[in-house]
Amino acid sequence: MNSDFSDIAVILPELLLSVMGMVLLIWGAFRGNRDFHVITLTAAALMAAAAVLAILTPTGGGFNNLFVNDAFAQFAKFVIFGAGSVCALMAVTFSADTFRRFEMPVLMMYAATGLSIMVSSQDLMTVYLGIELSSLSAYVLAAMRRDNLRASEAGLKYFILGALSSVILLYGMSMVYGYTGGTSFDAIAAGIGGDASFGLIIGLVFLIAGLAFKISAAPFHMWTPDVYQGAPTPITAFLATASKMGAFALVIRVMLEPFADITAEWRQIIILLAIVSMIWGSLAAIWQTNIKRMMAYSSIGHMGFALVGVAAGSEAGVAGCLVYLATYVVMNLGAFALILSMKRGGQPVETIADLAGLSRDRLPMALALLVVFFSMAGIPPLAGFFGKFLVFTAAIEAGFWWLAVIGLVTSVLSAFYYIRVIKVAFFDEPGEDGGFDASDISLRTVYGASAVFLLIFIAFVGYVIDWAGASAGVFA
Amino acid sequence: MDNLPFLSILIALPLIGALAILVLARGDEETVARNAKQVALANSTIVFVVSLLLWVGFDRADPGFQYVEEYTWISQYNIAYRVGVDGISVLFVLLATLLTPLCILSAWDAVKNRVKEYMVAFLVLEALMIGTFVALDLVLFYVFFEAVLIPMFLIIGVWGGARRVYSAFKFFLYTLLGSVLMLVAIMTLIFTQGTADMIQLIKGDLGLAQNIQIWLWLAFFASFAVKMPMWPVHTWLPDAHVEAPTAGSVILAGVLLKMGGYGFLRFSLPMLPEASEAMALFVQILSIIAIVYTSIVALAQEDMKKLIAYSSVAHMGYVTLGIFSLNDMGVNGAIFQMLSHGVISAALFLIVGVVYDRLHTRMISRYGGIVETMPRYAIIFMLFMMASVGLPGTAGFVGEFMTLFGAFQANMWIGILAASGIVLGATYMLLLYRRVVFGKLEKDDLKAMLDMTPREIFIFAPLVILVLWMGVWPMPFLDIMSASVDALLVPFVEADAAGVAASN
Repeated sequence: MNSDFSDIAVILPELLLSVMGMVLLIWGAFRGNRDFHVITLTAAALMAAAAVLAILTPTGGGFNNLFVNDAFAQFAKFVIFGAGSVCALMAVTFSADTFRRFEMPVLMMYAATGLSIMVSSQDLMTVYLGIELSSLSAYVLAAMRRDNLRASEAGLKYFILGALSSVILLYGMSMVYGYTGGTSFDAIAAGIGGDASFGLIIGLVFLIAGLAFKISAAPFHMWTPDVYQGAPTPITAFLATASKMGAFALVIRVMLEPFADITAEWRQIIILLAIVSMIWGSLAAIWQTNIKRMMAYSSIGHMGFALVGVAAGSEAGVAGCLVYLATYVVMNLGAFALILSMKRGGQPVETIADLAGLSRDRLPMALALLVVFFSMAGIPPLAGFFGKFLVFTAAIEAGFWWLAVIGLVTSVLSAFYYIRVIKVAFFDEPGEDGGFDASDISLRTVYGASAVFLLIFIAFVGYVIDWAGASAGVFA
Repeated sequence: MDNLPFLSILIALPLIGALAILVLARGDEETVARNAKQVALANSTIVFVVSLLLWVGFDRADPGFQYVEEYTWISQYNIAYRVGVDGISVLFVLLATLLTPLCILSAWDAVKNRVKEYMVAFLVLEALMIGTFVALDLVLFYVFFEAVLIPMFLIIGVWGGARRVYSAFKFFLYTLLGSVLMLVAIMTLIFTQGTADMIQLIKGDLGLAQNIQIWLWLAFFASFAVKMPMWPVHTWLPDAHVEAPTAGSVILAGVLLKMGGYGFLRFSLPMLPEASEAMALFVQILSIIAIVYTSIVALAQEDMKKLIAYSSVAHMGYVTLGIFSLNDMGVNGAIFQMLSHGVISAALFLIVGVVYDRLHTRMISRYGGIVETMPRYAIIFMLFMMASVGLPGTAGFVGEFMTLFGAFQANMWIGILAASGIVLGATYMLLLYRRVVFGKLEKDDLKAMLDMTPREIFIFAPLVILVLWMGVWPMPFLDIMSASVDALLVPFVEADAAGVAASN
């Protein structure tokens, strides 16, 4: 099969972003950071366009079966590009800041491109290329505020641990290649032939460990709190949403495509990761005082809940995962927009206690916070409930009712720290140091839209589930 | 008119009102507060009138569900927006719609800060309460049942007393932990039955193995027992009641506790009859402990609200006792007891609220002899104190009598033990009344207290009428539920008949 125009057709969104990324880079090189505002808005618009394009792009494979654009990839790409677009929109708030670098939105575009290659991969080589493109962009993004000690520390930690995880991943890949004789998913599936050799299992363990780093599932989560805290907030938001969606979709694809025949083998590892993540994500967050660190542990917990859907190993489980991740992304975008809006007297503040009196100063913002955090806790009628409902129902269907019970009990534990945020915003009296500043229009749009989405999600949840179900159908 | 989606309108109206207050209320603080109060009162009154239409149009002979609506929602698991009422739930809807306007009225002068938000919270709460009682889909029910926690958490936490934060958290996490176990049961039901349609599930014969039935029953029990609350998982209730503002306590005792009893009637009995039968004695014993133990605890209370909270636990003990007598008298009595307790406990918390608004303390020892300054108050207090004790001629009597009767039918020893609770109940209530209302009027601030205002009397008027009406002529209430209760008890009657036939 030669590379012809049909190959190009399936990578339209990636093509758009990589070409336009270079254009923006050149523009920035000429105009410098003066045009930060325009470049960032353009990047946001481009990623939004890519999100739409991702759905419109014809399905099918390409590049000698290294790459596929199927319903699953479309769903994941829509969420990734959408989240990337919103994160770029949040970055607009830096326009008036001394810290404004036009590379930031451009790197976001490249990171999103890498993620979208990951979710479309049909070969371990494509997987690795996608991971490295997104990770290298993400390392630079995290360390972008280089005059800031914490940001540099975050970037360095992220880089070293990320590189380590890539090494582990590569090692796993080489073992898989060695014991199955192929790197393409089809060849691996054929090489396994329904029976897992010991060497393959070792490769699989390393592979999963490497991927677990990327989705920050415990016990491979150590980088997360530091990076979340140190990175500029829009970047944190990007890492928490688009990156997670991409890496998680990759986990689903790798588990259910090449290794579909040895579900019993990888399921134990996934269940272990899920349980440890759910418990540690819920418990460790309780003691956090910095809201960004708390969000880091929260995302570890969320990854644990979503992994329950993978452990189910069924179509329903994958559909549940997709719905879970989509709502998780919206919740996190809202939450980080709120965190970015936390300013008193022009100074950004980051501890949970700083939210005191928010409901008196800024009621709309407080209401958005109420919706976002109750949704994270999984309280109906908000969107966060439905993701949990679907993954746990899938787990029960697959016979893992005890996993569902563990998950639901830890979700009560995690509810404690989510409602503590609400408690501070609503119950506590404001301190002496003046009220909250009004937030930027872009941030107001983001958290407002996020809250409205989470609130009315219940009305159209059926359609989202149908779409997710159709996407999960590719693994049937 | 038959085609109107009555129940959806009932759910939507308060939400629209809440949204209107939130979005439209503008101007200085005083104007906003006044407008919010007026809109909330008008809105909840309209909802009450609409719910009366529901009552009038209700076909008492039909044991099934009426005003049923169904719209596709989540097709994957056959989950749909299904609502409808039967003879049991229609009464709870009325209870919720009646108490909400009274709550709003009771907060008229008592709540001074963040009035707008307060009114919004109550209207949202009303919509969710109605939704819980009319939902006929497992997931829809869970959504409403659980969502109630959000406004209640805020009501306790924002407008509550000194330990409001602790109480709000305890309330939220306790009930959430119970509910998630119910969620596991709901998921299992959906996946084994292939539908979330409660009308279908209530018909019984789910074909579940005995041990699975027991597990599911226990999961539902975890949720409803906490909500009721039953001993020993009742400890959140005294805290929540004491710290909640008056109207919050009224709704909590008047309606939210009933969700537990309603859940037993809607899920445990019809869907898991064999497990219910097997676990009946267990529940009866817990009920007896609740009745006796919490009555004794109530005797020792120094705080009026705490005393009434413990009395609520005891009264709910009669409800669970009646339900798990699994006979006609017991179940009818339990439902009646829930309604009468809804009215009486609401009134008692409002009564505490009246003096609390004046003196800002709930300590019993701070009062005494107020019959001299507040004669009208003393009369109303007496009526509801007597109703709570179960004096014939009041609503409390009918409920307690019927549940005890049912308990005797089921098991004589249980009946005898439960009856002892009545004596204890009389003791603590009479003691409370004596210490607050009678005695020497010595304290200066009490001497200056004014009697009830016309607004306050107006709040109590419907409750007084109801408590006497239900006590003297309970038939209209029993009539409306009897057909549905008979249908509910069919599996148990059959089992009994089979048992009798076998022993012959």
